[in-house]
Amino acid sequence: MKLSTLFSEPYRKIAKDGLWDNNVVLTQNLALCPLLAVTGTATNGLGMGLATMVVMVASNAAVSVNRRLIPAEIRIPIFVLLIATLVTLVDIFLNAWMHELHKVLGLFIPLIVTNCVILGRAEAFASKQPLMPSIWDGLMMSVGFTLAMVVLGALREISGAGTLFANASVLLGEGFRFMELTIIPEYKGFLLMALPPGGFIMLGFMVAAKRLLDQKTAEKPAPDSDILNLQLAEQDS
Amino acid sequence: MSSEPIKEQAIADSSELKAATRLKTKLATFLEPANLERLRPTLGYQTAVLAIFALLASILLGFADLATRDVIQLRLEEDLKASLEEVVPADLYDNNLLADSITLASTDNNLGADQTIVYLAKKQGALNAVCFKFFAPDGYAGPISLVMGIDKNGEILGVRVITHVETPGLGDKIEISKSKWILSFNGKSLDNLTVAQWAVKKDGGVFDQFAGATITPRKVVQAIKRGLDFYKAHQAELLNAAALH
Repeated sequence: MKLSTLFSEPYRKIAKDGLWDNNVVLTQNLALCPLLAVTGTATNGLGMGLATMVVMVASNAAVSVNRRLIPAEIRIPIFVLLIATLVTLVDIFLNAWMHELHKVLGLFIPLIVTNCVILGRAEAFASKQPLMPSIWDGLMMSVGFTLAMVVLGALREISGAGTLFANASVLLGEGFRFMELTIIPEYKGFLLMALPPGGFIMLGFMVAAKRLLDQKTAEKPAPDSDILNLQLAEQDS
Repeated sequence: MSSEPIKEQAIADSSELKAATRLKTKLATFLEPANLERLRPTLGYQTAVLAIFALLASILLGFADLATRDVIQLRLEEDLKASLEEVVPADLYDNNLLADSITLASTDNNLGADQTIVYLAKKQGALNAVCFKFFAPDGYAGPISLVMGIDKNGEILGVRVITHVETPGLGDKIEISKSKWILSFNGKSLDNLTVAQWAVKKDGGVFDQFAGATITPRKVVQAIKRGLDFYKAHQAELLNAAALH
C-alpha cells in the first residue's frame, strides 16, 4: 500500500472523522469513565491515550481480518474476548519490559476494557471494512481520543496544580524532562479541578467550545452523528 | 547404495506436498464467501467459532504469561528491594535483604495479611534493623500498603507508602513525593511516645493531619503503631533467630 493512499478521499474522511467531526470525546461523548479517571494531569492523559491506541489499532485489525468468519449472533462476545485478550497482553508485556511505565499506567490499563469506544469501533467500522481502513480508523479515533485527553488533562492540571506535563519524564524517558513546566509558580492548587467533578466541568467547556467552532467555520451545522451515538450509547455502560 | 533413502525422502516430500495443497484448497473452499454465508447462521458453526476463539485467546495468554512470569517476578523483587533500601540506611547492613528473611504470623496484628515477611538487616552477621511490608487495611478509599524499617531497639528508621488509592490532592500527602509528612515518623518508637500520643493531633496525638483529610493520616498512624506492636511482640524471637541464622 502506498503512502499516498492515506491522503485519498475515503482515508481523509476517516481521519477527519476520528480527529474532529466524530471525535470520541467531544462529539460522541463516549469513554467518559477512563477519561475522567485519568485526566488529572496531561501526562496521565497522554499515557492512557497511547495505551488505548495500541489496543484499538490491534482490536480493529483483528476484528477486520476475521469479519467474514464471525457470525452476527455471537459477534459481541467475540469482540469482547478479543479486546480483553489484547488489553491483558499489553498489561503483562508492559509490566515485564517497560516496568517504570507500567507503574505509572498500571492502574489505567485494565480501564481500557471499560472503554466502550473500542467495542464501538469494532462494531461500527472494523466488522464491515477491509483491514487497512480499519487500522487507519482505529489509529485516527484513538489519536482524536488522545488529543482530547491531553487537552483536558492540561487544562485540569494548569488550573488544579499550576503545572503542565508533570512527571512526563517518568512516562516518556529522561529526554522529555523539558516538557515538565510550572505554569503558575507558588500556586496553592485548586482541588476541585483535580477531582472528577472538575473533569466534568472542564469537559463541558471543551464540548461547548467545539460546537461553537463548528458553527463558526462550517456553513452547515456539525455533522449529525446522533444515530450512531444512540447505537453506541446502548453499549456504553 | 545410498539412492534408496533419497527416493523414500522424495516420496515422503511429494505426499506431504500433496497433503499441503489439499489442505490449502480445502481452506480456500471453506473461506469462500458463499460457503461462510451458508455456515454462519448454523448453530454448530457458531459454537465452533466461539470455542476456537476462546481456545486461541487462552493459548495466547498462556504463552504470554509463561514468557513474562519470571521477568515480572524479577521486577517486583527489584521494586521491593528499592523500597526496603529507602527505609533502612545503607550503612546499617551488608547482607542481601531479600535473601535474609523470616516469615511470622501476623493474624492478630491487623496488618492486612495473615503472614508478614520480616527482612533482616545485618552487618557482619549482627542484626541491626528489620524491615517489612504491611498494610493499613482500612484506608479512606482502600488498603494502603506501607514499608517500614525499625532498628533493633524498636525505633523507626523510615516509613514509606508504596501504593494507595486515597483522594488525589487530599489524602495523597502520605506519599513522600507530595509531602514530607511521612518523615515525621522517623525516630519515633513505642518508648518515646505514649499510647495516647500515637495519634493525629485532632485525636490528641503528636502527628499532623492534613487540611480536609483526617481519616487517611489517622489510619496510617494507627497502622504504623500496629507495625511497631508487631515488632515488639516478636523482638526477642527475631533477635534470637537472627543470631542463629
